[in-house]
Amino acid sequence: MPLDTATVRRIARLARIGITDDEAGRLQGELNGILGWVEQLSEIDVEGVQPLSGVGQAALRMREDKVTDGNKVDAVLSNAPERAGPFFAVPKVVE
Amino acid sequence: MSYEIERATGSWELVIGLEVHAQVISESKLFSGASASYGGEPNSHVSLVDAAFPGMLPVINRECVAQAVRTGLGLDARVNLESRFDRKNYFYADLPAGYQISQFTHPVIGAGKVEIELADGSRREIGVTRLHLEQDAGKSLHDQSPDSSHIDLNRAGVGLMEIVSEPDMRSPEEAGAYLRKLRTILRYLGTCDGNMEEGSMRADVNVSVRKAGEPFRTRCEIKNVNSIRFVMQAIEVEARRQVAIWESGSAVDQETRLFDPQRGETRALRSKEDAHDYRYFPDPDLLPLVLEREWVDRLRAELPELPDAKRRRLAEEYGIPDYDASVLVAEKPVAAFFETVAKGRDARLASNWMLGDLFAALNRTGRGIENSPVSAESLGGLLDLIADGTINGRIAKDVFEEMVETGDGAGVIVERKGLRQVTDSGAIDAAIEQVLGAHGDKLAEFRAGKDKLFGFFVGQVMKATGGKGNPALVNAALKARLAS
Repeated sequence: MPLDTATVRRIARLARIGITDDEAGRLQGELNGILGWVEQLSEIDVEGVQPLSGVGQAALRMREDKVTDGNKVDAVLSNAPERAGPFFAVPKVVE
Repeated sequence: MSYEIERATGSWELVIGLEVHAQVISESKLFSGASASYGGEPNSHVSLVDAAFPGMLPVINRECVAQAVRTGLGLDARVNLESRFDRKNYFYADLPAGYQISQFTHPVIGAGKVEIELADGSRREIGVTRLHLEQDAGKSLHDQSPDSSHIDLNRAGVGLMEIVSEPDMRSPEEAGAYLRKLRTILRYLGTCDGNMEEGSMRADVNVSVRKAGEPFRTRCEIKNVNSIRFVMQAIEVEARRQVAIWESGSAVDQETRLFDPQRGETRALRSKEDAHDYRYFPDPDLLPLVLEREWVDRLRAELPELPDAKRRRLAEEYGIPDYDASVLVAEKPVAAFFETVAKGRDARLASNWMLGDLFAALNRTGRGIENSPVSAESLGGLLDLIADGTINGRIAKDVFEEMVETGDGAGVIVERKGLRQVTDSGAIDAAIEQVLGAHGDKLAEFRAGKDKLFGFFVGQVMKATGGKGNPALVNAALKARLAS
């Protein structure tokens, strides 16, 4: 089912990415290309086959409940466009 | 107990379901090794996984899974030996990855139940739909600066259990009872501290109204209510709002709302347009969570005695009323306190003293049972002095108050203040003669047939002994004297 431009705009808005009309048109083409490519998988008959969620190791590996990380404020904030002391500073969000 | 809203068109029934977010008690976070403890310098309990740096991979904490399984077992729920994690996508400044790792289609815990008890003593079962594990978000501070919001990610990635109930509750009281009971169970299990003020337990409340016998009507969700009292108030005002809308001929819109306790109203929270468009999909970073049956069985074998079982045992083993037992088990340390006091003593007396004088003293001093001004051993000591006749019940009240104030043992206080019960018949007889001598007029009235003055004489004699007379001896001696 190909995406229309309204859906492309909606996806962009949900991700808070601003796009122009030109970009919406271009992205629509790209996204439909990707979806169509993946869509080829539906040609395979998987009747009665259990979904596969990964290859190799079959189940999630668990770790022990120990504090092994943290106390690296500067590293955590290193990519922040803006910081205020030990905090990330972001445009004011008020509900 | 039925709770309905009466209007011109008939009575409206409430339909309530609760989603409780309970913070898992663990050392580290659900998918990272950063500390899960409350507080800390801003952004100090944060790993690069929590801050969603590119390429960082989540690794699940076994203890968080164990806590979820324990909670499921405590809710008499099905444990799913295979479950999965999904990404719940939404954009918000305190959610660095742009998605929350949660469990949507395959939660770790399936259907269970919670038994609630209402004020009239009746019990009802409330269904639990599911429990799943997910990450908490960070915290946004809006009041630190005029033109920016500040983000602290210390909470981001801490393990939460979302416990979803069936829409089985029909009144604010039932919702309150459900939350209290759930909190009691979580605390018994040690899986969540249940502290709503600090936000380690929060509730989203789903409310709709309908006429009797109807299918469900549109519901609204009231987000993030942080006390049991507010949950009950929010349900009440939201139900009234919806009834008013239906009664006016309009329809309720499905939306997310916020409860404002100051104004006592709910109001629409976020724009409805994109609400609930979370675009869930399986998290490709995480394989299925597969539990071994033996591990689950071991966790089950290690579960502590739960509140319902404890209530039944206390009532049976100690012969106390069911109501007393249910009050005593509401907090685990209270039940333990009771058992220490009651062992080898009159358990009903122990329960009465705890529910009466001790609880009153805790209220008055603003203390919890853990730092009670009178220890279980001390209260037991006081009951021993009543049992062996050293003091009477009346004096015991005074001794108890003195114990609360000074922290001294009952025996010490009785000796210090000379409160030993007077059982010496000579002393009691002397007090009787003194009272009869002082109240010749009353004695004459009594002799003339005014029988009920007997109580007056008992009171006066007790007063003359400073309240220390043995009531049974005083009664007997007085009876004998007046009959002569």
